[in-house]
This record gives sequence, C-alpha cells and structure tokens, in this order.
Amino acid sequence: MSDKVGIVIVSHSPDVARGAADMVRQMVGNEVPLGFCGGNPDGGLGTSVEKIMKAIDEAWSERGVAILVDLGGAETNSEMAIEMLPPERQGKVVVCNAPIVEGAVMAATEAWGGASLEDVRRTAEELSPQ
Amino acid sequence: MTVDVAKLIDAVSARVISHAEELTALDSAIGDADHGLNMKRGFEAVLADKDNIAAKPLPEALRAVGMTLVMKVGGASGPLYGTLFMTLGKELPAEPGLAELAKAMRASVEAIKQRGKAEVGNKTMLDVLGPLTERLAKPPVSFEDLRIVAKQSAEKTVPMKAIRGRASFLGERSVGHMDPGARSSELIVDAVCDVLEGKS
Repeated sequence: MSDKVGIVIVSHSPDVARGAADMVRQMVGNEVPLGFCGGNPDGGLGTSVEKIMKAIDEAWSERGVAILVDLGGAETNSEMAIEMLPPERQGKVVVCNAPIVEGAVMAATEAWGGASLEDVRRTAEELSPQ
Repeated sequence: MTVDVAKLIDAVSARVISHAEELTALDSAIGDADHGLNMKRGFEAVLADKDNIAAKPLPEALRAVGMTLVMKVGGASGPLYGTLFMTLGKELPAEPGLAELAKAMRASVEAIKQRGKAEVGNKTMLDVLGPLTERLAKPPVSFEDLRIVAKQSAEKTVPMKAIRGRASFLGERSVGHMDPGARSSELIVDAVCDVLEGKS
C-alpha cells in the first residue's frame, strides 16, 4: 500500500485518459498510485461509473484518491462512483475542479512529495480560474 | 394503486428507445449529441433485465432500474435519472397512493438538484420534474393533467438559457432549443401515465 495519495484520471475519451496518464508517468514516475479510464460502457465517448470505480480501486491509497475529470458527465459520474464505494472509502476520495491534464500532473507531483489529499486537491485547483 | 412493473419497463423503454434519434438531435443543438444514444443504451439494459427487475416489489424494482441506468448510460444522465429512480425506490411503498407519489417525487427532485448542482429554471430535466411535482401535490389531478404539465414544461425550456451542463458553455446560444433532458423526462412521464391509466 502506497504512502502517497492516489490519482485517477477520468475523461470522455479513452485516448485522452491514457495520454494524460502517460504524461503523469513520464513526468512524475511510478511511485504515485495511478488509475485512469475513459469511454462509455460501450467504448464510445463518455464515462462509466463502473470503470471509474475500478480506476479508483487501482489507484487506492489509504492517504486518499484525487480524481481529475474533463467535462460535466465525467464529474457527475465520478461523484456517483464515490457514493457507491464502501462507506469507509467514501470520505477519502475527492473530485478536483481543475483542468484534466495539467491538474493530473500537478496533483501527482504534489502527491509524490507526500502531501495530504487536501493539499493535493488545492494544488490542482490552483490551476482553475477563481 | 398496484403497479405493473413489467408493463412500466416495456412502455418507458419503448418510448425512450423510439425517440433516441430525436433526443440526440436536440442534444446536438446544445450539448454533446449523445443524450438519445445514452438513454437508449440505459433502457436497453433495463429491458434486458426486465424479468429479474419485475419480479421484485416496486421499491426494489425502482432501485434496480436506477442502478442499471447509473451503470449503463455513460453520460451525466445516468446518475441523474439513476438518482430519480433510486430515490423513488427509497421513498415509495409497494402500493403507493397519490400523496405518497407526490412526496416521493419531491424527495427525488431535491436529490436530482444536489446530484446535478442545478435548480428549476436552469434548462434541465428539473424543469419538467419540478412543475410535475408541484402539480402532483395539488389534487385533484388526472393523468391527462400530468401529461399536459410535462409537455408544456418541456416546451418552456426552449427560451431558457442553460446554466448547467455542457449546454451552459453556449450561454445565450442555448436559447431557442428545447432541453434534451426536459424532453426525455416528458417522454418518460407520458409513458408512465399511459401505463398507470391502463392505456398501454
């Protein structure tokens, strides 16, 4: 089990999710738990609650998991996925209001340094216009 | 009243699936052109599980429909419609009356507001379900009353400006198009009324 906050990337596009995850891996390395998913349950553009739950599981850390999303449906489906987690995990997962690619890299960088979930989220959200 | 769940699933699924192209066309005007396809995928999954769902008492059946939509729709409408059916399932008794339906709809509308961070008037499904809930709370009410409220409420989303969802990126340009979520809510309400009234 990692001592670092995990990062999950949820895009409407499987390619965008994979691409953003590649950037995190190259720029931050393999020490941060990382999950990513994209596409609706049929594989077309969209998001899937089931895939998001699986990605959270892959990135799971007792320190918590920060999710980066692209458009509205990804956010709504991520919030739904969090609610469907076991109760003891629900409070340890947050959706960040941040651009997906830059947010994922910045959040992962912060997580790599051992920051708390709240600090990881704040760092990612600093990228969003207030 | 006793509700025939299998008939409800047949009627609502058929209505949504047969209007999938129209819903997607509405969504291509102001959204990301997937509402019809997503709803069709969701209700095809509900239909595929019909025997299993219809064997359950009404509250459990509604929760199962909601869960299927959450898992299968693939867009924001999955959690939103999922929340509608799951909340109805949580709130309704096995054989609900009008007052219980009104109360359960009120709880569902509140849950959808939270899920979608939206209010009535934002050009969403809430602009049909909100007025419908208001009407339900003012008996006497006929099924025809409810159908009319749903239809008129969906039409009222045409001049609205979108505040939430993908359509909100368009701002003023969202004006002049019916909201796809309002239209799908109208279709579902209409189909449910037909079944409860014994028309289908």
